[in-house]
Amino acid sequence: MPDIIATTDEASLDRPRSLWHLFVAFSALAMQGFGGVIAVAQRELCERRRWLTPQDFVELLSGAQVLPGPNVCNLSLMIGDRFFGWRGALVALAGMIAAPMALMLILAWLLGEVANVGHAREVIQHALSGIAAVAAGQIIGTVLKLAAPVKDHVLGWPVCVALASLAFGMMAWLHWPLVWVLLGLGSGTCIGTYALLRRRASSKGSAA
Amino acid sequence: MTPLMWSPDIWWTLFGHFLALSLMSIGGAITLVPDMHRRLVTDAGLLNDTDFTSAIALAQAAPGPNVLFVALMGWYSGGLGGAVISMVGIMLPSTTLALAVSRWVSTRRHWLSVQAFQAGMIPVTIGLLLATGWHLTPPIQTQPKALLLSAVIALLVWRTKASLIWLVAAGAMLGGLGLV
Repeated sequence: MPDIIATTDEASLDRPRSLWHLFVAFSALAMQGFGGVIAVAQRELCERRRWLTPQDFVELLSGAQVLPGPNVCNLSLMIGDRFFGWRGALVALAGMIAAPMALMLILAWLLGEVANVGHAREVIQHALSGIAAVAAGQIIGTVLKLAAPVKDHVLGWPVCVALASLAFGMMAWLHWPLVWVLLGLGSGTCIGTYALLRRRASSKGSAA
Repeated sequence: MTPLMWSPDIWWTLFGHFLALSLMSIGGAITLVPDMHRRLVTDAGLLNDTDFTSAIALAQAAPGPNVLFVALMGWYSGGLGGAVISMVGIMLPSTTLALAVSRWVSTRRHWLSVQAFQAGMIPVTIGLLLATGWHLTPPIQTQPKALLLSAVIALLVWRTKASLIWLVAAGAMLGGLGLV
């Protein structure tokens, strides 16, 4: 298999010991993910537990976001499936959803009860906006981290930076629906990459 | 709404709506918010505007995947049963499809087209993720201090191993005290 992007020491990777271990790991990371789980998932799965390389992580995330459904949920399905088959997929997904859902329903119930006590609602609202600001920062910091493997990308890093900026501009400034960006830019990029890989494979073949 | 209300009619309606929306949720269920508002608030009258908006705000701030706002909408419409059945509705179709497709792909990892897809999508994914972060950043005109907080957090996450959960706690504290 051709090396598309330099792999970071695959041999030193770890893996979950059991379905229960998988469940606990996903529950733990979901419960730390305020305002979105991607930042924590990257930190926990790649850096702390070392179950995936950053390269694996971006690849799975790419697949997860083209498919319908929440991308972190699709991501947990794929990771669970990779280690323990369909049972792993369901367990990882359950871990991602069960605990935070229980907590959130309790919160919603409590908020309904205390909303009218003094300044409670106001303080809670301010705290939520503080959390939102942190969540934004966490995602941007994670993007900067995930961008590192791009320097060895088959398209070359300048092209990658241009493509990422283009995708960003289409979403953030032009407000295009995601489906268009994926279909338009995504398919174009994939076709270009395919042509490049093909040419490389055939030149390697003729040299041998 | 009482948490343990028994209302199978509402549950069926919720289940039907979320089941129908599931396969359209490319980019996450959050992209379907306008459609959900039309179906649940305007047409079916299952919950009011305030509950609809606070479901989204609370799910954004609380831990866990953002899709949990769907559970909250179910909760405000039909109690605990509504919350569970709404989540099952939104997850069942997309989960089945995602698992089937990812299995199909993983047995064909040696195909050049699969490799081209995986490598080619990387820069696009990075750009899209950056747009998500951008979308969440506070506006500079009204909340310059919150924007500064976002920038500092981005640097800390990128360059250090600072614990993410403590960063969130710090954000909640600064916000609660009215400092950002």
